[in-house]
Amino acid sequence: MHEGGSPDPVVMPAIKPPLWLLAELTYACPLQCAYCSNPVDFNGHGKTMDTETWLRVLRDARSMGALQLGLSGGEPLVRQDLETLVAESTKLGYYSNLITSGIGMDAARARSLKAAGLDHIQVSFQSSEANQNDEIAGMRAYAHKLDMARAVKAAGFPMVLCFVLHRDNLHRLREMLDLAIELEADYVELATTQYYGWALLNRDRLLPTLEQVREAEGVANEYQARLKGKMDIYFVVPDYYEKRPKPCMNGWGSVFLLVTPDGTALPCHAARQLPGFEFPNVQTASIKEIWQASDAFNRFRGFGWMKEPCSSCPEKEKDFGGCRCQAFQFTGDAAATDPVCDKSPLRHLVDEAVSSARSTTVEKPIIFRNPKNSDRHTKKPADMASPT
Amino acid sequence: MSDAYEKKIEYATDYKPLHDGPLKLARGHRIQYETVQGCDVLLYPEGVVQLSESAAMILKTVDGQKTATDIATALMAQFPEAGDISGDVKSFLEVAHARGWIA
Repeated sequence: MHEGGSPDPVVMPAIKPPLWLLAELTYACPLQCAYCSNPVDFNGHGKTMDTETWLRVLRDARSMGALQLGLSGGEPLVRQDLETLVAESTKLGYYSNLITSGIGMDAARARSLKAAGLDHIQVSFQSSEANQNDEIAGMRAYAHKLDMARAVKAAGFPMVLCFVLHRDNLHRLREMLDLAIELEADYVELATTQYYGWALLNRDRLLPTLEQVREAEGVANEYQARLKGKMDIYFVVPDYYEKRPKPCMNGWGSVFLLVTPDGTALPCHAARQLPGFEFPNVQTASIKEIWQASDAFNRFRGFGWMKEPCSSCPEKEKDFGGCRCQAFQFTGDAAATDPVCDKSPLRHLVDEAVSSARSTTVEKPIIFRNPKNSDRHTKKPADMASPT
Repeated sequence: MSDAYEKKIEYATDYKPLHDGPLKLARGHRIQYETVQGCDVLLYPEGVVQLSESAAMILKTVDGQKTATDIATALMAQFPEAGDISGDVKSFLEVAHARGWIA
């Protein structure tokens, strides 16, 4: 219930509070995964915010009603003030989730995060096989990850293991699930790569075939049936092979608020690429103003912005027209129907991407996520303006 | 990192039936009252569920010692005016167990 009575010019009663705050604490990361959802041009973004500013963000978002806190990056363990931020989030009553590669963790740090009140840790793996894991990560990481997953459990955390799936590792799904059983994961997230940021840059090399996806679904089903009640398995569907779009972020500005290392507030991971937006910054505007009154967060709220075929579609309240960033990436128009939908007149663009990936061989080099490649692949204003 | 906040498909909901032993909140789960939402919520790794008053009442009686029958008995003693609610309490506990909220 909201406090009634006092008229507040900023409050628009139809806007529900944010439930999720994703704090991307840094873009620094020892890994170089080619499917990273961070923006490709991350290296040119502003200065990473200090402890005091993040503490204020945590307090402001919590007072707005945010409940789930994701501490992410980059690699959040790079930050030496992580325990301070966790301790504050515990005091504020967040449910805190650390989303990590495990690099930068040791048994003592796992215990100190537990003492600070951290609720849960998600550890990501690149593969169930050491060499492949390290090849995808761009560093020797696998053995350390195994140790850290064990340390996370030993410290008493519930643990989610996240395997990011793509063409080169989908055939190892059985091994990955066996590894999850061995490591006593409480949940397993089989996250088929979604094509934003670095993953989009590498899409031709990463997108699996339909046959691979169907086989993987079969394996996931089999293990889920076998492990019912012991370990939950989630399979994030690769939407290029669906006929309906995902209800992205449960609707724009509906539950999810992301704050980047430089304080930019976004309605999703990939929104910063959208043209014609001025995304607010938590250093110059309050979370309340950002969430309730900013043009950026209101632009695609509700249904008024929709075009056909979405605006007259009976399913619009189920999928919210899909993903705005995907619509932009394929069609150049962020207000278009997500072309994953087979009602979209532009669905063929998704099919063409699938075909293009299918004809791409392993010889095509993968572009690793690192500062050098970030600079190299950042679009310059001149590139974008050039008439082609 | 991955997009952990998007659509997830949960397979197989036919979990094993509710047992007769003591029930506890599943690992990593907790309940707290939220003033902004005006209700109790159940929190767990990367998830939140807003609870109705009766759901919250039942889940708050789950303490790691009481069985399903004990929980129904305790609630009926607390709310005698509600009559025999043991069937409702047990069917809610079955759902909560199937969803992995209690173990």
